Amino acid sequence: MYATSYHRASSVEDAVRLRGTSDESKYLSGGMTLISTMKQRLASPSDLIDLRHIPGLKGVSVEGRRVTIGAGTPHAEVATSQAIRAVCPAICNLAGHIGDPHVRHMGTIGGSIANNDPAADYPAGLLGLGATVVTDRRSIVADDFFTGLFETALEEGEIVTAVTFEAPEKAGYAKFNNPASRFAMTGVFVAKTAGGVRVAVTGAGSDGVFRHPGFEQALQSNWSPDALVSIAVDASGMMADMHADADYRANLVKVMAKRAVLAAA
Amino acid sequence: MTKVTLTVNGRTMSGECEDRMLLVHFIREKLALTGTHVGCDTTQCGACVIHMDGRSVKSCSILAVQANGSAITTIEGLSAQGELHPVQAAFKEHHGLQCGFCTPGMVMTAVDMINRRGGSLTEEVVRSELEGNICRCTGYHNIVKAVLAADAEMAAGRQAAE
Ligand SMILES: Cc1cc2nc3c(=O)[nH]c(=O)nc-3n(C[C@H](O)[C@H](O)[C@H](O)COP(=O)(O)OP(=O)(O)OC[C@H]3O[C@@H](n4cnc5c(N)ncnc54)[C@H](O)[C@@H]3O)c2cc1C
Repeated sequence: MYATSYHRASSVEDAVRLRGTSDESKYLSGGMTLISTMKQRLASPSDLIDLRHIPGLKGVSVEGRRVTIGAGTPHAEVATSQAIRAVCPAICNLAGHIGDPHVRHMGTIGGSIANNDPAADYPAGLLGLGATVVTDRRSIVADDFFTGLFETALEEGEIVTAVTFEAPEKAGYAKFNNPASRFAMTGVFVAKTAGGVRVAVTGAGSDGVFRHPGFEQALQSNWSPDALVSIAVDASGMMADMHADADYRANLVKVMAKRAVLAAA
Repeated sequence: MTKVTLTVNGRTMSGECEDRMLLVHFIREKLALTGTHVGCDTTQCGACVIHMDGRSVKSCSILAVQANGSAITTIEGLSAQGELHPVQAAFKEHHGLQCGFCTPGMVMTAVDMINRRGGSLTEEVVRSELEGNICRCTGYHNIVKAVLAADAEMAAGRQAAE
């Protein structure tokens, strides 16, 4: 790892101030992505601004069916939140299958979505729920937030402060684990929301997380795994790598979507 | 150089280090507690698992400065006055180790698991909770047995105390 200077922020304002105008510094949350990247010398920030001790970024609140999760909330806390489970168990189950227990104790929802790994779980959850990402500057709907591989709508220095969504009528998530990394080789999140059915796919698309309009229409008229049987998944936009080729992933998208609907029932 | 102060196994300890020093190196090299191991060095294997503020974490993927001010428990802090912790005793009893390299991380993971979910562990739960710990010798079978035995014994101990 290259040398770096560490700074601990006490508030969001403090973090912005510490970062200043340098584009060589980086925010640090759980470090479960960033520290590994730095160890491999794939990132070499001059300064690290640690957000982990900012009280305002932590914790979960559920008011009626409105769920708000602070950006600094670790995966383990989302997985075990009884308040969230009461209205939206699918997101708890999703969080509970990220990596391993130790990763879930450190890794945060804010870090995960800011990083937008094409095989990460939360992007599918947020896009499937039609969630809103709140930053220190504005609110961004999930459809506009995730813009490509490791790309988001975040501007230089912008901090994710929370994620918020209206609990759906039903939701489910099914993931086919990469057996080594546990990231999603394909993961599908389905939700029956007030605004209609939403289906979001991670781990499969060569452009990162995406919605599947064909599945959404089919499930809108018939909320059942059978509704998906006759719908083709186009392999042309799928990732292909040593783990699975594009056709295999296209097939996984359908299988995982069916399982997600079953999980939601 | 930054001064890092931790409460380690109940004692306040400090050391100076570069901001880029990993917590596991700080624990091994600055505090001379070598029970915590470096295995894969890529957050996969879990040989470096310790507890930070009561939760299991992989100390190879945390900077020492990130941990500054926290309370740490390492494998050295588990046994009271030379007596094995019930999880350590169960690993011995059930042959939960062969070469022993992964054992400190396995034991710290098992203790964390029992702290969080004690009394409700099943083979399936233990296997999924061991997701972040790799053992190349045992095939996991005896590790799972040891964790279940320790869980049962600790639950019985809690009941007796009530
Ligand atoms: C062994 C292992 C297995 C894993 N398995 C999975 C898995 O199965 N599924 C999955 O989805 N993920 C998995 N992960 C990744 C994990 O979920 C990470 O927690 C997550 O990717 C990053 O979160 P973090 O808080 O650690 O962020 P960090 O590593 O601290 O930061 C990541 C990036 O986000 C930026 N950032 C952090 N916080 C903010 C913020 N509040 N605002 C703006 N930018 C911010 C940082 O500058 C950095 O660029 C795994 C990781 C490991 C090590």
